[in-house]
Amino acid sequence: MSTKIENYASELLEAEKTCKGIAPLTDRDSSLTVEDAYYIQLEMVKRKLAEGRTVIGKKVGLTSVAMQKMLNVDEPDYGHLYDDMELKNEASIKVDTMVSPKVEAEIGFVLSEDLVGPNVTFLDVMMATKYVVPTIEVIDSRVSDWNIKLIDTVADNGSSAKVVVGDKQSTLETLDLRTNSMVLYKNEELIATGAGAAALGHPAHAVAWLANKLHEFGITLKKDELILPGALSGAVVVEAGDTITADFGPVGSVTVHFE
Amino acid sequence: MTVLTDREKEIVDYLYTAERDAREVIKITDKYPELTIEEAYGLQDRLLERRLMENKTKNVGVKLGLTSKAKQVMMGVDEAIYGYLHADMLSTEWEPVNYSELIHPKVEPEIAFLLGADLEGEDVTAEDVIKATKYVAPALEVIDSRYKDFKFTLVDVVADNCSSIKFVVGSKWISPESIDLGSIGMVMSKNGKVEQTGSSAAVLGHPAEAIAWSVKELSKRGKRLKKGDIVLSGAMSEAIAFTSGDSIIAQFDGLGSVSMFCK
Repeated sequence: MSTKIENYASELLEAEKTCKGIAPLTDRDSSLTVEDAYYIQLEMVKRKLAEGRTVIGKKVGLTSVAMQKMLNVDEPDYGHLYDDMELKNEASIKVDTMVSPKVEAEIGFVLSEDLVGPNVTFLDVMMATKYVVPTIEVIDSRVSDWNIKLIDTVADNGSSAKVVVGDKQSTLETLDLRTNSMVLYKNEELIATGAGAAALGHPAHAVAWLANKLHEFGITLKKDELILPGALSGAVVVEAGDTITADFGPVGSVTVHFE
Repeated sequence: MTVLTDREKEIVDYLYTAERDAREVIKITDKYPELTIEEAYGLQDRLLERRLMENKTKNVGVKLGLTSKAKQVMMGVDEAIYGYLHADMLSTEWEPVNYSELIHPKVEPEIAFLLGADLEGEDVTAEDVIKATKYVAPALEVIDSRYKDFKFTLVDVVADNCSSIKFVVGSKWISPESIDLGSIGMVMSKNGKVEQTGSSAAVLGHPAEAIAWSVKELSKRGKRLKKGDIVLSGAMSEAIAFTSGDSIIAQFDGLGSVSMFCK
């Protein structure tokens, strides 16, 4: 492991602890590759595990055409979810524990068996899904002002911060996740709508992409892990005093408060 | 690794490259009229081994063909046939099918069965099939015989993996117990115009009967359907041809719809 990768990992972890954003890695080092960025993320996994954290799941990011265009990429990215990131429905989050939080509404998948790439299809994902849950992902960039390129956000654990999980657990029977509704409210005002297809065409397809991508790094999606397949609308900026609710119709709803 | 005879090697190469290069070929029984149906299934196995290796893909299930009385009469046979589906044949509603990779494609509406348990044995019934099925879903199967003008005998089509090339599965999946699978109406439209209508009863009377038949046939050859497999149970109407620029949608009573776009 090169010291460069270790140093960037330390810097990002420090930024997360102190809630002080850092300058984009890509501004300082034009030689960094996407692969390096994934190894920075994996170095942070190693350190988090050493601190006693556990991995409870993974997230796919940059699944919408709008976000991919913004960062000038044509594929998603991913991050790890740790046990201390998971919050229950109606939880309160202090905004001063983050750099610059935003929220995204996602249909979370909980797996009934491992998914090992390559050649995982959305059919495999549907068959291996124990249930789906309504979630709000709180994203936060440890890079100042969200001034990120793909490499920056990949290194920064896919800009993931928290995941708020709703109470309802639904099996896939009778759901149509492609057309499943998502309505996002901020302080009881409707601010965004979307449907499942916003996540790479079908949320289960995004999970399949992740299983195949992780295979390149020798990582597996495991039974009972929570997988976030990508946002169903654009991210929404939040500040202290805001209450966010994401309503997924038949999949249920989830609420989070910011203070 | 199976050791292939020269004839097997030649035929497998002939059919594999025809698919790979989207090139139509003369049917193999013109040169080898003595081939039997058992030999044809043997050739299919060899072709699929080659395909799995070259395309670095995996097997995901089985498809049935000639499941309608009309098609069986047309072919002068009295039984159905089966072929295999690979992961790289899965197409989706959100990514177009590429016409330049196909020869003379047609599309058929089918009910897909997603298996929650293995199925094997020569005494499997339609009830066993329903019990082993976790979900049913609407599907479109694209067939693209490698043979010139879609002209072939039973032996030719079996060796050619039953014309398999692509399939699309809809996103609403339901329990097989929650619907009468024997009488699901279906309307298939191309570019907004109704092209075919039919019912699941066209599939050997009931799609689960067709799958039970296939399990028996597979068992005779020491094979089975596995947990996690998808089974395309057979066409609910005649196939329709499509070309670049066409949109297809099949709507099923109680099962939702499935669509595809050909670019």
